[in-house]
Amino acid sequence: MAVIRLTLTGFLLLLMAGMVHAGAIEVREFDDPVMEQRYRSLTASLRCPTCENQAINDSDAPVSRDMRDRVYEMLIAGRADMEVRDHMVDRFGNYVLYNPRLEGRTYLLWGLPAALVVLGGILVVLVVRARRNASARALSDEERARLDALINRGRTP
Amino acid sequence: MTRRLILLLPLIGFLVLAVFLYQGLSLNPFHRDSALMARDFPAFNKETLKDPEQRVDESLFLGQVTLVNVWGEWCPECKREMPQLLDLADRGIRLVGISYKDTREKGMGFLQDFGDPFEVNIFDPEGDLSFELGVYGAPETFLVDRDGIIRYHHTGYISPEDIRKHILPEVGKWQ
Repeated sequence: MAVIRLTLTGFLLLLMAGMVHAGAIEVREFDDPVMEQRYRSLTASLRCPTCENQAINDSDAPVSRDMRDRVYEMLIAGRADMEVRDHMVDRFGNYVLYNPRLEGRTYLLWGLPAALVVLGGILVVLVVRARRNASARALSDEERARLDALINRGRTP
Repeated sequence: MTRRLILLLPLIGFLVLAVFLYQGLSLNPFHRDSALMARDFPAFNKETLKDPEQRVDESLFLGQVTLVNVWGEWCPECKREMPQLLDLADRGIRLVGISYKDTREKGMGFLQDFGDPFEVNIFDPEGDLSFELGVYGAPETFLVDRDGIIRYHHTGYISPEDIRKHILPEVGKWQ
């Protein structure tokens, strides 16, 4: 019984901690559900510049609040998602993008996984071919003679 | 022989990747270049902290190398770095402050308590100018050259060692 009560208390405390955290992030009203969705996805994909690893929709940092305000203002003013992202990158750098852009210095980042898959594919094809050739080919006369010699050596002391 | 070398390829690949990733471990994610590096100081038109009647704009930075320090009364690190800033002012370096998210009273009180190395302080109570600068905390310090272009950015507390190692050489470079 005591154990259950303890668990319950712990659970309630956890719940409350969650609520306190959520309370720090303001609630915004949107008339347009599409815009609300865009606001949600933008604030989830922009990274707080001063936190270790949090999106601005999840951070209590003052700068995250300012950034959310700016996202909201820009959406209300009819700006496109791309413009909002550019606006933030112009000020806070590429660091704020959770999805790095495809550009000169990120070619390696985006290209390496695809390059490795292609390389792996080529390797598999090469290995399979080599195996197939090896099993299909019969022994040459020279090899047969050597094999016979080995077998005979084992038999005659 | 070539077969042996081919067998070694995965190991070599692994080693290259290991060295590359190991370097990443020692990188500090807070030491990254400002997005405004080599760009014009953003346009603004603001009241000064001392005098609501007096307005300043980006032409403030033309003609002289300036260190721009973003500070707030609410920021303990800003108080700790004031002796270093006063030292810089004593060396004849021009400093301009941005009073970041403070009331006028608190900002003025800060200067009275901790000294005033600034030629002028730009009053930015809402933090909108600082937002344009990509400021994400205080203190932050920018070096602006005589053409009004941002040349160096320091985030966080400036230690006496930072002054010697980074700030003075950078100022010297652009003067």
